[in-house]
Amino acid sequence: MTSSSVRRHRATGLVVLLAALVATGVGYAAVTGTAQAAAPAATQTQVDHGRQLFLEGCATCHGMGAQGTQEGPGLIGVGAAAVDFQVSTGRMPLSTPAQQAPRKAPVYNAEEVAALAAYVATLGPGPSIPTDSELSTNDADLATGGTLFRTNCAQCHNFAGRGGALSDGRYAPSLMNATPREIFEAMLTGPQNMPNFPNTTMGIQQKQDIIKYIEHLQTASAPGGLALGSYGPVTEGVAAWTLGLGLLLLAAVWIGAKVR
Amino acid sequence: MSVIVKEAGKAISRADERAPISSLAKANLRKIFPDHWSFMLGEIALYSFIILLLTGVYLTIWFKPSMNEVIYHGSYAPLEGIPMSQAYASALNISFDVRGGLLIRQIHHWAALFFMAAMIVHMFRIFFTGAFRKPREFNWVIGGSMVMIGLLEGFAGYSLPDDLLSGVGVRIVAGIIESVPVVGTYLMFFIFGGQYPGSDFIPRLYMVHILLMPAILLALVGLHLVLIFYHKHTQYPGAGRTNTNVVGYPLFPVYTAKAGGFFFVVFGIAGLMGGLVTINPIWAYGPYVPDQVTAGSQPDWYIGFLDGLLRAVPSGLETYWFGHTWSWNVFIPALVVPGILFTLLLGYPFLEAWVTGDTGEHHLLDRPRNNPTRTAIGVMAITFYGVLILNGANDIIAQAFSVSFNSVTWFTRVAIFVLPPLAFIATRRFCLGLQRRDRELLLHGRESGQILRLPHGEFIEVHTPISDVEKAKILGKVEYPVLEAPAETDENGVATPGLKGKKRRARWSRAYFGDSVAKPTPEEIAEAEHHMHELHDHEVHELEESGKSLPAHMD
Amino acid sequence: MSDHGTDLATTEHGDEPQFPLPPHHARLSDTDPRAAKAAEMQVAIMFGLSAVLTIAFVVVYFAFPTNHFLDLGPFGVVQTSNFLLGITFGLAVLLIGLGAIQWAKKLMADEEIIDERHPVGSPQADQDAAAALFQQGVDESGFVERKIVRRTLIGALALFPIPLVVLLKDMGPMPGDSLDHTIWHKGSRIVVDVTGKPIKPEDLDIGTLVAASPEDLDKVQEVEGNQNARAKASIILVRMRPDEIKSQQGENWDYEGILAFSKICTHVGCPIALYQQRTHALLCPCHQSTFDLSDSGKVVFGPAAREMPQLPITVDSDGYLVAQSDFQQPVGPSFWERS
Repeated sequence: MTSSSVRRHRATGLVVLLAALVATGVGYAAVTGTAQAAAPAATQTQVDHGRQLFLEGCATCHGMGAQGTQEGPGLIGVGAAAVDFQVSTGRMPLSTPAQQAPRKAPVYNAEEVAALAAYVATLGPGPSIPTDSELSTNDADLATGGTLFRTNCAQCHNFAGRGGALSDGRYAPSLMNATPREIFEAMLTGPQNMPNFPNTTMGIQQKQDIIKYIEHLQTASAPGGLALGSYGPVTEGVAAWTLGLGLLLLAAVWIGAKVR
Repeated sequence: MSVIVKEAGKAISRADERAPISSLAKANLRKIFPDHWSFMLGEIALYSFIILLLTGVYLTIWFKPSMNEVIYHGSYAPLEGIPMSQAYASALNISFDVRGGLLIRQIHHWAALFFMAAMIVHMFRIFFTGAFRKPREFNWVIGGSMVMIGLLEGFAGYSLPDDLLSGVGVRIVAGIIESVPVVGTYLMFFIFGGQYPGSDFIPRLYMVHILLMPAILLALVGLHLVLIFYHKHTQYPGAGRTNTNVVGYPLFPVYTAKAGGFFFVVFGIAGLMGGLVTINPIWAYGPYVPDQVTAGSQPDWYIGFLDGLLRAVPSGLETYWFGHTWSWNVFIPALVVPGILFTLLLGYPFLEAWVTGDTGEHHLLDRPRNNPTRTAIGVMAITFYGVLILNGANDIIAQAFSVSFNSVTWFTRVAIFVLPPLAFIATRRFCLGLQRRDRELLLHGRESGQILRLPHGEFIEVHTPISDVEKAKILGKVEYPVLEAPAETDENGVATPGLKGKKRRARWSRAYFGDSVAKPTPEEIAEAEHHMHELHDHEVHELEESGKSLPAHMD
Repeated sequence: MSDHGTDLATTEHGDEPQFPLPPHHARLSDTDPRAAKAAEMQVAIMFGLSAVLTIAFVVVYFAFPTNHFLDLGPFGVVQTSNFLLGITFGLAVLLIGLGAIQWAKKLMADEEIIDERHPVGSPQADQDAAAALFQQGVDESGFVERKIVRRTLIGALALFPIPLVVLLKDMGPMPGDSLDHTIWHKGSRIVVDVTGKPIKPEDLDIGTLVAASPEDLDKVQEVEGNQNARAKASIILVRMRPDEIKSQQGENWDYEGILAFSKICTHVGCPIALYQQRTHALLCPCHQSTFDLSDSGKVVFGPAAREMPQLPITVDSDGYLVAQSDFQQPVGPSFWERS
């Protein structure tokens, strides 16, 4: 027996619940940027799976709630992109404590990576995994990409993307095996000591230009012959002394040798 | 063929009526040069220089030494539409739009690396064999000067294309000039025509690179060669060789073929490397822009030791005295230390002549072991240089071997003080050991591995005497005496003039030669020979008694 | 030992060597005519091959344009023209050399010849004669007695090189105080390098690095026709949590944790943008000078002696980041006049 004077239909509660859900969904979609709206929405099972994987494999260093511990930084707000980058390249989980996490064979498969990323994304707003259209280099300009690369990337990763040394044994890795997604995510999230380049200061177009240039570096011709690793004058000097002067000294010894 | 010979003969006779062609030919055609591979190192440098001149002329046909900005519209797509200096654009043009241009550019650059390397190897050969002694001291100074000019010339050459890597190097040089006390800023503004980078530097550097330095080098090389011809080449001591003869082969035809052939060998190897191995890929570095830089920025190898020195300096070495900034952290490693090093280098023959008191002409070379202190100084210099050059690549080393460049730098800071003295001591001991071995060889021959039992029961090892050729080599050693300090006064009580200098010289002389192993005197050699004959007779006697056959070497 | 030193050379002119030259050992090609013929063929083949390769060079030059590439697998994708021209030219020239040397080694007479050296330098008689002739010339010129002639000549000659030095004065302007200033001034908007986009504080996250320059840099560059302004005005922007900032070069020079520093190393001027975000360390690739941007940009490793100059920034009325003023110290390497 209700005290209200309004007669409600049996399904009223369900309708209200549905309307609320729709309103929340629409409101959420309206508030978040178009980039994130285009990404596939994570399902609850994915998030749960991710949480389970996280507790098993990540919480020891990153904390049960990803708040961070002595061993590992907090992951709240790092976004799905950061997780995707670190875990799909095998950098995480870290096998031994080190100055820097090296790239290695990934421990988790693609589905598990997606789950972990989905879970961490729920912990706080952060950069999401780039979409295919964001990664497309169809409209990218190679020459602009080169200029952007030399301005923002070469000082750590070397002019040919072969990597370089940082302080205290850390290093900027070689880019020769990086995929467009990894490059985009790295620029966006700034893994470890790499600074980040958010879309507000380095727009998606610029990122695409840079990706196109890095792809060019990966397949670049070496017009002059053997590239000697593209490390510059150091390897050239070694070649001049060992190959060049070595052959010339051999020739000199041959010239001066007694003939039988 | 005979027609050509006849016509040539007529041309030469006509020339002979105007200039002493035949007299020169008579004096020089059959000039004798001794044969040893270590005498060809200077040739590598000479031929590399000629190759640089030839390829350099080609490059000037297409290179445009201007810093005016142009937009690139050439074959290299990754730079399409990019603004750059005309110098850089023309270097790209040579590499990608002139057939053979990339080859000539690469040969030119490889030849430059060979030029510097060969000069340094040659210089050390001269040093270790004492070929700089009288009458060749001036040639040594000329050679050392050419090394210095070569450094500047190489820097100028690789900076001309105005690419990102060499442009950063130019910035460093500008910063070094700025660090000079009192006049640094003025010098920098004069050289660059104003603030850095300005638009005058590349054209000015071009003049220096194609006109000023080559002219000076040509003059020095010419003088260097004339002196070698006039003094005649030195030779190693050996059988038939004295200080007053030359044993070898004539200039024409043997050395014409060997040395001339070697020129083609050097050119050929430079050509092969120019076609097969990339050097200075300016297209990959990009055009120079003052706010861009690449990780792993190094100069060409021969400037590496200076780079290493700059990197090794600890933080904060700058003072503010009398209202001015004194940039010791730049001025000392970049200008003072090389200045001291080159002064010591060029002055060494005069130092050694003072220590030994030697006024004789030396045309027989020293074997390095016979002057242990000089050899040890040379090895010490190489160690010092080597540590610095490695530090110049400390970030590449860090990357390649997964170490921290901070550790490499700290290692260098300690090693430049610790390793050279260790190298000095070790080398000296090694040389003295070799001298002792030489003495043993001369007096007692080589151990043959055969054991002999003497009649009274003693076991000895049979020694075979060394050949005359080896004896000659060992006996060619120059005995450097240890100079004593003269008496304080002469017999009349008059103080000896220049006493302090002479005492100092005596100390140096003792340090140099105090522990030299004495060359066996003729009496010692005779006695040792006699002893060996006695033993030899014993062996023969023993074997005949026992009925065994005589081994071959005993007949 | 005498004051005039001693002659330590081992022999005198005309001395016989202690051990005679060993007897000449005939080469195989001297005694065996077949070996000689074989050596001849070797040399001829080398020269012949060289000629063929030279012709091949000319063919390659015309056959391959510069935009043709050859994929040589692990060796690289090479410019065909360069690769083949290098091989043909290099081998052609090398073979001439090898042929000539082989000819000398195997076929030319290789008896060692002994030649006497002549004493180096002028004999004493010549030295005395030259001195006498010189003295005669000096006497005839009157250089010694005619003091006033001599002195004025020396004076004139001493002054003569001066024009050669003075003429160089216009090589460059005097520095003045130009090294003390950059084009940054109060209100200069900060824009991203290459794209030229102005920056709002919310555009930067913690750990962001932006390579930036003043808004009017391109205009200045166009007017001046050189990169001088860029070489001093380039900056980097970094953002850290305000509580991570241990010290700054001035009160409130940051904006909510965003710091602006010069991009020009204070050691010898290389541009630095190697920012290690976790340690806030700025590393220069040239000589490894390292600066702590959370602590007034002071030097923590390497040969630099001075902190990285900080640019005071704030936000303008439109919300964009701008400079509060020019740098408060000269940027770039140290110099004498820098106080």
